[in-house]
Amino acid sequence: MNTTPPPVGAALPHESAHLHVTGEAAYTDDLPEPAGTLHAAPGLSSVAHGRIVSLDLSAVRAAPGVRAVIVAADIPGDNNCGAAVHDDPILADGEVSFHGQPLFAVAADTRDQARHAARLAQVEIEAWPALLTVEDALAADSHVLPPVDISRGDVAAALASAPHRLAGTLHLGGQEHFYLEGQVSLAIPREDDSLHLVSSTQHPTEIQHIVAHALGWRMHQVSCECRRMGGGFGGKESQAAQWACIAAVLARRTGKPVKMRLDRDDDMRATGKRHDFRIEYEAGFDAAGRIIGLKLLLASRCGFSADLSGPINDRAVFHADNAYYLDTVAIRSLRCRTHTVSNTAFRGFGGPQGMFAIESVIDDITRHLQLDPLAVRRANFYDAPPRNTTPYGMTVEDNVIAPLVSQLALDAGYAPRRAAIAAFNAASPVIKRGIALTPVKFGISFTATFFNQAGALVHVYKDGTVQVSHGGTEMGQGLHTKIRQIVAGEFGLPVADVRLSATDTRQVPNTSATAASSGTDLNGKAAQAACRTICQRLAAFVAGRLGSDAGQVGFADGQVRAPGFNRPFAQVVADAYRARVQLWDAGFYATPKIHFDPTTLRGRPFYYFAYGAAVSEVAIDTLTGEHRVLRVDILHDAGRPINPAIDIGQIEGGFMQGLGWLTCEELVFGADGRLLTHAPSTYKIPAVSNLPPVFNVRLFDNANREDAIHRSKAVGEPPLMLALSVFFALRDAVAAALEPGARPQLDAPATPEAILRALNGGTLT
Amino acid sequence: MSERAISFHFRGAIRQVEGLSPTRTVLQYLREECHATGTKEGCAEGDCGACTVVIGEKRGARLQLRAVNACLQFLPMLDGKALFTVEDLAPLAGTGQLHPLQQALVDGHASQCGFCTPGFVMSLFALYENTPDCPTRDSVMEAISGNLCRCTGYRPIIDAMPAAWALPRVGIERTAVLAALDEMAALPTLEYRIGEQCFIAPRSLAELAAARLAMPEARLVAGATDVGLWVTKQLRPIRDMLGLGAVPELKAIHRDAGTLVIGASASLTDAFAALVDFEPGWADIARRFAAPPIRNAGTLGGNLANASPIGDSMPGLIALDARVLLRRGERLRRVPLEDFYTGYQQTALEPGEFIQALELPPAPAGRLFRCWKIARRFDQDISTVCGAFALTLADGHVGDARIAFGGMAATPRRAPITEALLLGQPWKADTVSDAMAVLAEEFTPLDDLRASAAYRRQVAAKLLQRLWLEASGVPVSLCGLEPQT
Repeated sequence: MNTTPPPVGAALPHESAHLHVTGEAAYTDDLPEPAGTLHAAPGLSSVAHGRIVSLDLSAVRAAPGVRAVIVAADIPGDNNCGAAVHDDPILADGEVSFHGQPLFAVAADTRDQARHAARLAQVEIEAWPALLTVEDALAADSHVLPPVDISRGDVAAALASAPHRLAGTLHLGGQEHFYLEGQVSLAIPREDDSLHLVSSTQHPTEIQHIVAHALGWRMHQVSCECRRMGGGFGGKESQAAQWACIAAVLARRTGKPVKMRLDRDDDMRATGKRHDFRIEYEAGFDAAGRIIGLKLLLASRCGFSADLSGPINDRAVFHADNAYYLDTVAIRSLRCRTHTVSNTAFRGFGGPQGMFAIESVIDDITRHLQLDPLAVRRANFYDAPPRNTTPYGMTVEDNVIAPLVSQLALDAGYAPRRAAIAAFNAASPVIKRGIALTPVKFGISFTATFFNQAGALVHVYKDGTVQVSHGGTEMGQGLHTKIRQIVAGEFGLPVADVRLSATDTRQVPNTSATAASSGTDLNGKAAQAACRTICQRLAAFVAGRLGSDAGQVGFADGQVRAPGFNRPFAQVVADAYRARVQLWDAGFYATPKIHFDPTTLRGRPFYYFAYGAAVSEVAIDTLTGEHRVLRVDILHDAGRPINPAIDIGQIEGGFMQGLGWLTCEELVFGADGRLLTHAPSTYKIPAVSNLPPVFNVRLFDNANREDAIHRSKAVGEPPLMLALSVFFALRDAVAAALEPGARPQLDAPATPEAILRALNGGTLT
Repeated sequence: MSERAISFHFRGAIRQVEGLSPTRTVLQYLREECHATGTKEGCAEGDCGACTVVIGEKRGARLQLRAVNACLQFLPMLDGKALFTVEDLAPLAGTGQLHPLQQALVDGHASQCGFCTPGFVMSLFALYENTPDCPTRDSVMEAISGNLCRCTGYRPIIDAMPAAWALPRVGIERTAVLAALDEMAALPTLEYRIGEQCFIAPRSLAELAAARLAMPEARLVAGATDVGLWVTKQLRPIRDMLGLGAVPELKAIHRDAGTLVIGASASLTDAFAALVDFEPGWADIARRFAAPPIRNAGTLGGNLANASPIGDSMPGLIALDARVLLRRGERLRRVPLEDFYTGYQQTALEPGEFIQALELPPAPAGRLFRCWKIARRFDQDISTVCGAFALTLADGHVGDARIAFGGMAATPRRAPITEALLLGQPWKADTVSDAMAVLAEEFTPLDDLRASAAYRRQVAAKLLQRLWLEASGVPVSLCGLEPQT
C-alpha cells in the first residue's frame, strides 16, 4: 500500500507542544516524588589515572541528612554499565581511569544535603601517568578495541601512478551533547524484590538489563519507563545507565525511592561526548581532482572504555566516502584508549567525522589545483556502474546526489555568488568571504543488524479511542507525533483520538535504543503492523455481518465503510467488543534486505541512504579570526515526509548542532586531564545569534525507493552533517586571504583562534 | 528593621515565606516547595535560560517587568516584588486557551524536546508585555540571547513573536499587581533570619551605610549573578547578607554638570542604556555583555566590585576615565577605576566600605571611543579579550590616549607604554603600526580554556589596527553584512 492516509503527511504540531509551552510537560524530575524519596549525588575523581589508596567516607556518612553511601564493593551484582564490552565500572574499583569518574555515591534526604556531603570525602589516589590525547595513545599503542581496516585495490600502486599527490593531517574536536535536561533517574523499590525506574533514557531496555545485572537480579524484576527526555542526541543511549544503576543500588540498600539527578557540571565532567579525531591522509588524483587512490587513517579518542566506540568508529569508516566513489582506497580506523571520559554516541555516530575527513581531502585537492570545489566534488560523486559501490561492498542503488546538488546550486545561486564573493574579496582587505556547497549521503540502519527490530502495542478501547505503546523513546525528535499520525491514518481517525503512552519495558520488551535515526522507520512499521491486524479483524467482523468481502471494508474520516455500510469507527468498535473481537494487538518489524559480515567488513549494512546538501556563505575578520555565517541554503531528502514540519525542524536543528560542533563548541582539557569547559559558561553551544540571517530549508521531493514507512526517510542525524558547508566556507574565506594554491590549516572547531592561526599559516607564534 | 516573612506577589496574591534559608533560590522554591515544575533547571548558573521567570517592580507609577534567571535569585531578593512564571500565562488568555505567545510557539513548531521552552516563553513574554508594537526581529533575538535551545536552531522561536502579535492581545492585570506592590512597600525593612543566616535589605543609603559599618563581614548581594554561583556550584556557606535591591539612591542614574552618575545597584540594563546615551561607542558592549536576564538582575556596581579580570564593563569604563564613589559610614571618597583594582579579584575597598556610584566625566571634544569584545560566541560569552580605546584626536594628532584591556592580566588594566607611544604622534598608519608592535608585548596574558596567550597578544594589537582602519573608512565590521547575490 503506497498511498498515505491522512493525517500522514500533515504538518501537525508536536504531540506535546501544548504541554511544552505551558510547562505542563512532565520530565523525570518534574514527576511528584513518592513519599520518602531520597536524593543522590556522586563523588567524582579529581585524578585522571591512578590507584585509590584510601577512600575515607566517614565525614560523608556523618553529614546531615545522609542515609546511605555506596562504593564499588556495595554493588550487589555486576559493577558494570558498559553496553557492549564489560569494561565500564559503575563506581571506580581500585583504579581510577579519568578525572570526573564516580568513586562513590551518597543518598540523603535532600539534594542539597547529598551534594554537600559528597564533597566531604577524604580521597587519596596515587597518580599514575595519564594518556590524555589521541597522540598520547598512539605513541603508547593504547587502544580500547582492535584496529579495523577496509580496503579495495592496490592503494600504493594507485598513489604512485597518480599525476598529483597530497598528504595532510587534520584535527577535529569532540562535542558535548548539552541536552537541556541533564541525566536523571528515579528508582522506586517495589514488592517481592523488584524495582521500577523512571529514567531519561534513549534505551529503557538496556537500563532494565544493566540495572538487573548490577542488582544481581533478572530482567523481570526491573522495569523502566520514559515518557519524554529533555533532549538526548545520543548522550542518553548508553550513558543514562550509570545513573540509573546508582539510584537503583541506593534504592535497594535503603528500601526507599532514590532520585539521581546530576548537576550540570558533574554531568559534563562524568559523561562521554562525541569522539574527537586525528585524521591523516595520502591522496592521489588527476587534473580534474578525481581521486585515484586514497589512504586514510582515522584515529579517535575513545576514552577509558569501549562504550559504543566500536560501532561509532565503524560508522566513521562507512562514511569516509560520503557521496564520493573511492575506487582504490585503504581506510584504517584506530580506537584509542585514553584516561578521559568514555566517548559515546552523538547524533551522526561517527558519520560526521568520516565525512569531515573526505571533505577535507577534497577541499585540499581543490586548493592545490585551484579549481572550483563544487566541480571537484561533482567529479567524484557516486555515479553509474562501476562507480556505484562503496568501499565496504554495498551498491548505492538510490543515488540522487547529482540532481539534488544541481537543484540546490541553482536555487542558491552558487555560481554567481561565488563570482561575486571573489570580486568582494579582491576589494576587501580585512573582511573576507567564503562559500561552500557540501553534500551528505548517510546510511540508515543500525550497523549491528540485530538491532533493526521493533515492537508496538496498540489498544483500541471500546469507545473507539486508541492508545499506542512502542519501543521508541521521545527526546524531542517528534517520534510520538509521527507514530500518532501513522496509527491515526491506519484507523482513519483524527489524531485527537490517538494517544501515546510512556515508553515502558512492561508494555513492549527487548527494544533497541532510539538511535541511528531509526525510531520512526522501525517503530512506525511495528505500530502499523499492529493496527493492520486490528483493522483486519474489524473488517472481517463488518464483512461477516454484511455477508461481503473484508477487502472492501475501509477506514477513513472516522468512519468504517463498505458497500452499503457507513458507520462511525467508535460504533463499529463498540459492536465488535460485544461480539468478542480482540481490539488490541502487538506488531513487530524487522528491517529487510540488510546484512553485514563484521569479519570481512562487507555487506549491506544500510537499508537505504538519506541525501542532502547545503550551501553556506560566511565572512571572517582577518584581524581577529571572528566570523559570521551570512546565508545558508539546504535541500534535504527526507523521502516522502510523514510530518514535513517536524522534518524541517530536524533539519534546522541538526544543522545548527553541527554548526556548533564545527565552530564555537570547544572541549578543553587541562594538563591534569580535568575538563575545563564543564558548564555553559565556558562551553558555548550555538545561541540565537548563530542562526544564519538568511536560512532557506527545503525538502527534496524523493519518495524512498525502499518500502520504509510510507516511503519516508529517516531524518534525525543526516542534517547535522550539512553544517560541514559552514566549515568549508570558512576554509574558503581563509584561502581567500592566503596565497593561491595554499591549503588552509584550519582545525575544527573553527574558533577565532583557529581561524587566526590558519590565516597565519598554521601557527600564532 | 524588623523580623518578618519574605513577601512577594505570586499567583494573584501576596505570598509570605518563612522558614527557608535565605540562600534558597527562587528556582528551588518554585520546584521543590511549590511543586511548580514548569520552570526548569538546565545549568543552575544563569547561562541556559531554562529557569527564566519574570519579575515585576514598580518604577515610578509603572509596573516594570523583566526576565531574570530564577536559579541565581535568592528568595529574599523577591521581597516586595511580583513573580511570574510560565504557569501564569495561559490563565491570562482565559479558560482552555493558551497565551498568544504559547499558541504561536505551538503553531510554528517551535518546541522539540520542550525543556527549554518555558524559559523562552518567559523571555518572550517580558518583551511582549513591554512593547506597544510588534518587536523587531533584532529585539526578539536580543530578548532570547540568554536562552539556549539545543533542538530547534531558534528560527521558529523568533518567528513566534510576530505570529503572536497577529493574535488578540492579552496582558497582565497591572492595576492589581501595582496595588499589591504598594501594599508591600508599606512593610518595614526586611530583616530575615534563619538559623545562622540573615538577609537584611536596607531601605535607604543611610540605613545601608550604617548596616555596612555594623556588619563589615556581611556579603553584599545586589543581583546575585555571581554570588548565586557560590551557592549553586561551589556550595559555599554564606551567613550574613546585606541586600542592595531596596535602596532607591543606589539605583539612581543622573547627570551632574555633564558628569554621568550611575548608582551602584542600577541594573546593567539601566546602566548600559545611560552609558549608550552618554557615549554611543558603548553600544557594542551593551549588546554583548551577558544577556537580558543577567543584565536585568546584575548591577554595574556588582560587576565592578566583583573585580574579575574578564568583567566586560571595566575596560570601557577605565578608558572613559571613570571613577568610583566609595562610601564608608558618612565618609565618601573617589577613586579612579583603574586604581580600584589592586590584584586578582582584589579591590581598594576597606572593611565597611561599599561602592555608592560610578562617575563618568564629560567627554573631551574629538574623542574616539570603541570597546570591542572578542569571544567564541556572539551572545552571552565571557571575553577572551575585551579592548577599549579612547583617543582624543586634534589636528591629526593623538592628544590623549586611554587604552584598557580585560582578559590580558590579573586585573582590568591600561596599556601605559602604548599610550605613551601614541601621545602627541600623528594619527597615521606608521604610528599605529609602531604602537601595535609595542601593544603586542605590553601584556603577559595566560593560556587558558578560552585562548592562548599568543592569540590574546596578537588580537590586542589587531584591535588597535581595527580602530585605525575603521577610522580610515576601511570596512572592518562583520555586523550587518548581507550575503552576496
